[in-house]
Amino acid sequence: MANTVLHKADTRGFADHGWLKSHQSFSFANYYNPERIHFGALRVLNDDIVLGGGGFGKHPHDNMEIISIPLEGDLEHKDSMGNTAVIKHGDIQVMSAGTGIYHSEYNKDTNQAVKFLQIWVFPNKRNVEPRYDQVTLNPADRHNQLQQILSPNADDAGVWIYQNAWFHMGNFDKGVSTEYNLKAKGNGVYIFVLKGDVKVNDQLLNTRDGYGIWDVDNFNITAETDAEFLLMEVPMEFKY
Amino acid sequence: MKKVEILAVCSHPGILQTLLRLIDNNPGWNATGADNEQQALAYFNEKSFDIVLLGSGMDEVSEDRLRPACLAINPAVKIIRHYGGGSGLLSGEIYQALN
Repeated sequence: MANTVLHKADTRGFADHGWLKSHQSFSFANYYNPERIHFGALRVLNDDIVLGGGGFGKHPHDNMEIISIPLEGDLEHKDSMGNTAVIKHGDIQVMSAGTGIYHSEYNKDTNQAVKFLQIWVFPNKRNVEPRYDQVTLNPADRHNQLQQILSPNADDAGVWIYQNAWFHMGNFDKGVSTEYNLKAKGNGVYIFVLKGDVKVNDQLLNTRDGYGIWDVDNFNITAETDAEFLLMEVPMEFKY
Repeated sequence: MKKVEILAVCSHPGILQTLLRLIDNNPGWNATGADNEQQALAYFNEKSFDIVLLGSGMDEVSEDRLRPACLAINPAVKIIRHYGGGSGLLSGEIYQALN
């Protein structure tokens, strides 16, 4: 019997710092909801808008797999390992914070806001050596099919992380449907709709809704309108 | 009103400073920092703590020694792992431990 949880878009936490507007699917910073701490190993799903010229100054992270997915605009990343990079739509960035890393992220374009997803997954190994990676994917490869963007395997499609997790993105035309088969026993999937309406089995989801499903081997996802979505498969039994 | 006493153990100096600053930003919490297992145990023997927060750089061997040692001194202490470097998750971690 499937277990599910629905997080409608308008129930998310919200923070407005002027230069940053952030919608938070799970408890983060000043948004604390004991019912919304995490979905298995998925701990943070922030839907962020950074205004032109704004950004996150140098700050530390530890023991977390941090995935950034730009949706619009360019975000400049600098870190204590000497990496300087600009990530843009189509790129996926990952950091294993491990024993500790400093980084900053800025929107250098004063005229255009950056929209990006900031996703944090609990690692399955603490205190690893910090690492940074980014890949550029072709968004056309997710048209009417699922495109893998993240896995636990370094030699697999997309980026990899220290966790038994797989992420896929889809950009489906209205009426297109697919079945998602979970990769690992004990995992669940958190579906986040970026745009449009989709049905997961019989559950209708709208733009920016989140929906967790677990204790299943597979589920069906159908675009009720032209739709973009992100599937995050993560272990459900995570003790922290 | 008695403050919640939190011992943050973390070998990364920048993250430890961040944790101490964020904890002390809450008027109901008081932070003490230790950057290694021995220092943490020394503080734990001197003072009563409600929460021990295990941050970066604490390997499992150190954790496996520190946990029973702290619980032997104070069985009521909450020992939690910190993730993320302080930015964003710390308050939730502490509130969860307190509840």
